Amino acid sequence: MRSYAELTGLMTLMTGDEKHGPSATSTLDVLWVLYDQVLRTGPDRLDDPGRDRFLLSKGHGPAAYYAVLAAKEFIPESWLEGFGSAGSRLGYHPDRTLVPGVEIGSGSLGHGLPLGVGLAHGLLARGLLTPRVFVLVGDAELDEGSNNEAIVYAGAVGLPNLCVIAVDNRSSSYGWGPGGIEAHFAVSGWSAARVPGRDHAALASALTAAGTGGPRLVVAEVEAKS
Amino acid sequence: MSDMRSVFAAAASSLVDEDPLAAVVLAEISADLFAKAAARHPDRVLNVGIREQLMVSVAGGLALAGLRPIVHTYAPFLVERAFEQVKLDLAHQDVRAVLVSIGASYDAAASGRTHQAPEDVALLDTVPGFAVQVPGHPDEVPGLLRGALGVLDATSTYLRLSAESNRSALPLWPGLQVVRQGRSTVVVAVGPMLSPVLDAVGDLDVTVAYTTTVRPFDGEGLRELAASSGVVVLVEPYLAGTSAFAASAALAGRAHRLLSLGVGRSELRRYGTPEYHAALHGLDAMGIRRSVMDFLASGA
Repeated sequence: MRSYAELTGLMTLMTGDEKHGPSATSTLDVLWVLYDQVLRTGPDRLDDPGRDRFLLSKGHGPAAYYAVLAAKEFIPESWLEGFGSAGSRLGYHPDRTLVPGVEIGSGSLGHGLPLGVGLAHGLLARGLLTPRVFVLVGDAELDEGSNNEAIVYAGAVGLPNLCVIAVDNRSSSYGWGPGGIEAHFAVSGWSAARVPGRDHAALASALTAAGTGGPRLVVAEVEAKS
Repeated sequence: MSDMRSVFAAAASSLVDEDPLAAVVLAEISADLFAKAAARHPDRVLNVGIREQLMVSVAGGLALAGLRPIVHTYAPFLVERAFEQVKLDLAHQDVRAVLVSIGASYDAAASGRTHQAPEDVALLDTVPGFAVQVPGHPDEVPGLLRGALGVLDATSTYLRLSAESNRSALPLWPGLQVVRQGRSTVVVAVGPMLSPVLDAVGDLDVTVAYTTTVRPFDGEGLRELAASSGVVVLVEPYLAGTSAFAASAALAGRAHRLLSLGVGRSELRRYGTPEYHAALHGLDAMGIRRSVMDFLASGA
């Protein structure tokens, strides 16, 4: 197992860049905290029905995601070099059939949350009351109308096992108004919190907070996209 | 006689009773027909409201959790509106569902273009791994639905229901079945096209074969039936030529002639009845007869 400090080195294996700007690492801390402290899953639990599910909805810039998966030994570090090349299993958008531990293939925006709603429903229908479904979206990804269908519906039916993490780097052209993203979710019945997106303790606390009976939103605020 | 939609709802409700992994996802349409099933299985009979993208994505999520979802609404909203969800949230995720549409082609002739999707099968043809079943009679629906759920580990199915129906049901058969043996041309009638085809070819010396299964297409069956004549007419209740590529592939390597009948590509901008639209598209018995006779004469 690698440490948090080693993640950027793993990213360098993929990108060749020694330094990574805020945009490439906007999700890095959230991903690390999820896999290090929150998700009850692991490379030995890939087919365990009781594992927590993590759905990377936005799918863009997945170097941080692959670095965390390598650090947590879901994939060998030798896969990281050649990222995006013909023989690689790791593309610019992840494919669940190619990468162990990747729960959904993503890239086209606005699919992860609606899939997560179905997955949360399905786990409950199978009597699996413990596992949680975490969906990571970007603030601009929420522009996609399919998310709105999912937000209103999930709030109305009250899926307690669903948690959305919105990484907010203020990249949406029109934003979410004075109340931010969380107001948009809260009006549909979600419980919501906003935390600093680089603060591991705050992230862990928000992501493991006791449920309120309905779906939960955690907004992870990071540096604005330049 | 009950219509295909009612028969489907009853059959799907029974399947949800029998199979703890079967699920139904709706977007308001037909929710009344599933009220009892939803009361019995609130966790597996879901109505997401008027949200077709969500309906298909939820099916994908249910399938990721190991369930076997049946997804149902009006054809244009199921296949066209939610097409990227079908492509990505089912096929690309490598999970499967049974998609069941109502409102085939011009069933809703009076409702206009917004409620018509004769392109549905052609569009789904672009998604790998979809079987397509087109029942020709309500009595064929329960068996096809059960079969589709049975093969869900291997393939998704599009079950295309229609208000149009043949006069009687035929036993289910996975490929082309000969209804009438002739010596020359083979006329393939898909789903509810069988009765009009039989009326059309009355005294002509042609073979009529019926199928509900258009994907996978029974290429081997067509090759055998067309072995002597090499002359084939496809009569499909959706976009004309939808299965032409499959028939051509089956007959590649031998001289053959193919006529593809179906719904035309131009937007009619007419209301009226399904009978009227069938005539406009040349899919009533008279229109089919005219096309077949012209085709045979042109090759003589």
